[in-house]
Amino acid sequence: MAKIPHPAAAEQAPTFYVTEDDHAHAGSPTILGFWIYLMSDALIFATLFATFGVMSTSFAGGPSPREIFELPLVALNTALLLISSITYGFAMLALDGGKVRTVQAWLLVTGLLGAAFVGVELFEFGTLIAEGATPQRSGFLSSFFTLVSTHGLHVTVGIVWIGVMLVQLSQSGATPENRRRLLCLSMFWHFLDVVWIGVFTFVYLLGMIR
Amino acid sequence: MFDQSLAKTIFGRLTWESFPYHEPILVGTFAVVVLLGLAIVAAVTKFKLWGWLWREWLTSVDHKKIGVMYIILAIVMLLRGFSDALMMRAQQAIAFGPNEGYLPAHHFDQVFTAHGTIMIFFVAIPLISGIINLVMPLQIGARDVAFPFLNSLSLWLTVAGALLVMASLFIGEFSTAGWLNYVPVANLQNSPGTGPDYYLWSLQIAGLGTTLSAINMVTTIIKMRAPGMTMMKMPVFCWTALCSQTLAIAIFPTLTAAFAMLMLDRYLGFNFFTNDLGGNPMMYWNLVWVWGHPEVYVLVLPVFGIYSEITSTFTGKRLFGYSSMVYATVVITILSYLVWLHHFFTMGSGASVNSFFGIATMVISIPTGAKIFNWLFTMYRGSIRFELPMMWVVAFMLTFVVGGMTGVLLAVPPADFVLHNSLFLVAHFHNVIIGGVVFGLFAGIEYWWPKAFGFKLDRKWGLVHFWGWVIGYWVAWTPIYIVGLMGTTRRVRHLDDPTLQPWFVIAAIGAVIIAIGIAAFIIQIAVSIRNRDKLRDTTGDPWDGRTLEWSTSSPPPPYNFAFTPVVHDLDAWYDMKQRNAGRPKDGYLPIHMPRNTGMGVILSGLALVLGFAMVWYIWWLAALSFAALIAASIAHTFNRNRDYYVPVDEVERTERGRQPLLTAGA
Repeated sequence: MAKIPHPAAAEQAPTFYVTEDDHAHAGSPTILGFWIYLMSDALIFATLFATFGVMSTSFAGGPSPREIFELPLVALNTALLLISSITYGFAMLALDGGKVRTVQAWLLVTGLLGAAFVGVELFEFGTLIAEGATPQRSGFLSSFFTLVSTHGLHVTVGIVWIGVMLVQLSQSGATPENRRRLLCLSMFWHFLDVVWIGVFTFVYLLGMIR
Repeated sequence: MFDQSLAKTIFGRLTWESFPYHEPILVGTFAVVVLLGLAIVAAVTKFKLWGWLWREWLTSVDHKKIGVMYIILAIVMLLRGFSDALMMRAQQAIAFGPNEGYLPAHHFDQVFTAHGTIMIFFVAIPLISGIINLVMPLQIGARDVAFPFLNSLSLWLTVAGALLVMASLFIGEFSTAGWLNYVPVANLQNSPGTGPDYYLWSLQIAGLGTTLSAINMVTTIIKMRAPGMTMMKMPVFCWTALCSQTLAIAIFPTLTAAFAMLMLDRYLGFNFFTNDLGGNPMMYWNLVWVWGHPEVYVLVLPVFGIYSEITSTFTGKRLFGYSSMVYATVVITILSYLVWLHHFFTMGSGASVNSFFGIATMVISIPTGAKIFNWLFTMYRGSIRFELPMMWVVAFMLTFVVGGMTGVLLAVPPADFVLHNSLFLVAHFHNVIIGGVVFGLFAGIEYWWPKAFGFKLDRKWGLVHFWGWVIGYWVAWTPIYIVGLMGTTRRVRHLDDPTLQPWFVIAAIGAVIIAIGIAAFIIQIAVSIRNRDKLRDTTGDPWDGRTLEWSTSSPPPPYNFAFTPVVHDLDAWYDMKQRNAGRPKDGYLPIHMPRNTGMGVILSGLALVLGFAMVWYIWWLAALSFAALIAASIAHTFNRNRDYYVPVDEVERTERGRQPLLTAGA
């Protein structure tokens, strides 16, 4: 409902222009913008999950999940990624304390854990391809490789971003820009964790009991 | 042998045979394009405008200039897309019985594919982005958008996508698989050429731009409104822009993912949408239409906003039923996500599924109908001024309602089984897109042109433009409705039944009348630029407007408002005029503004090279441009010189200079 201005308010000669310095009124819109970007990214994953859902039994005579998935390896990978989220949290705590060196150390640990995750994933892919379970083999494998490697690609981007932030931090320290960037990267990194939990559950665990 | 493999390494699959020098139509077009291009380059060089072009436009992060550049891109692409339309109309008007027409089948298929792709992705979307960019920040009293650099990048990514589509005209070929690049035609085994690859790369690049732009606009509307402007005091156009761009964020990822999967199929032999090894072509149809149907509303919602602003301004009344308009917009936004399957009722998903999607589709007509009544009631007992923008609104209401009704007709699954893929359907969606979106965009251009450039558009040529489109539309599409209802299918190059020919001849005449309208539009712009002193807007408020964009000068200064307005009422500027709100004449403060950057152009140029290299399998160039893209993006994060303050004396100088351009006393 469009409100009619209260007569009393109109009488008080309202101000129609901000004549003081109004620069402080709005916080940086970046956090909101990045959130919205993450939601759009989540929809890319949603599309890939849906496609995987449709194609998860399109084996075309090729291997099925139970024949190719190695759960212990995936469990290791899940642990690596979850721990990397915790270490990122430590980096953010150190940032609150303004301890740049500590932030860098935790970021480095996070990046290494991420790299280990990507390494294990590549090893898994290599094994699968060597066994003949290539993405070209069936609709199921196409959608499996695409979903999992899209996540892996995001983690790789996150690692590059961590590298850039390490340089940025050593160049200019905990400036407001760098704090904002670390906050965005933090959301990105935890988001990838959430997506991975979906992958682990719907692709690997459900695949094993199907 | 060695030479051949070397050439393959360097040029991929690009050879002399890739250039269509044996097609006279294309050679002629190419000659015209080259001559025009050379003339423009020569003119820019002669008048020493390169530096100006680069500093003032290409690197600009000013939302008004970005908006104008989006609109220029869209008008140029409209000429291309409309040439395709004329070619199809000419072919279908003559190709009956023994006459095969003048277009070979393969060429005709490319023409209809390019027509649809260009009209939606490079005409309608850039026009929407352009008008939102130009108007929305002014309407909410902001000085720029939330992410000015991202805005520039979005524009140039869209331009890069458009250039890639245009390149396919002269180097290689375009897709023949329809405007959504349908599988199985677009699968590698059926289209081994470059066509679908051009399509995919150009739309991935442009689509990234559209997504980023949508994120930017939504953030701007949520975070940067002037003090006092609550959501329910926001102009309707901003509401529709918010809903449209939110919807764009919700759907473009699906399109990106679907195209990425088709790319994996085509480049790496995956089996998403193939006919064997577990692939599922209908999966592609579902995914692209999960994007495709809401996309119609991404386009039409902001246009509904334009109609609302214009109706209210030119009837001199507050919009009837503002809150119902807002709720209708939100309801349409949600419903549009639930109807995609009506594009292929014939898939065979069963009666229950088809009923759900059929009913959901029909339900959309309720909020849309509410909007039509709101506009009618706004006009009722208003003192209507039939300026050009208002004429477009009336033409829209008369035309669009017919398109809406045929849409409800098509939403009935049994009727759709008969009419699926017929020309009736083609007439329906041209009815809603031309009668709804295109008319509204022209209305918007006529309405906000003085705000962007400081002078009105010429009325006489505007009338030719208007009547050319309105009469042309009805002459061109009524016969298509008729032959479609009789069962003629779409995308057909040659028909056997000569009794249908008169209808197609009438349709071709209609297309020529529309061509007159388009020509008049170009002439109108040229004449108005020549007579700009006579058409000058010296008030900032040439239409007696009601919203904040009319409270600043035409054109506005780079920072839009020297003092941010405070909003007390829905029609904020009308309220300020009623209460004689005086603009402060001194006490200026330095203004914080973003600095121009060429990074948007550079990144988009690299994306264009990457796309071209991937289309032609030039792997080294693709790797190089990809690496450069990443490096440039990272380098940009080290650029700490992003903003500056406009000093007080410069603000003062600018403000004194534009006093003559403002309503006296206000």
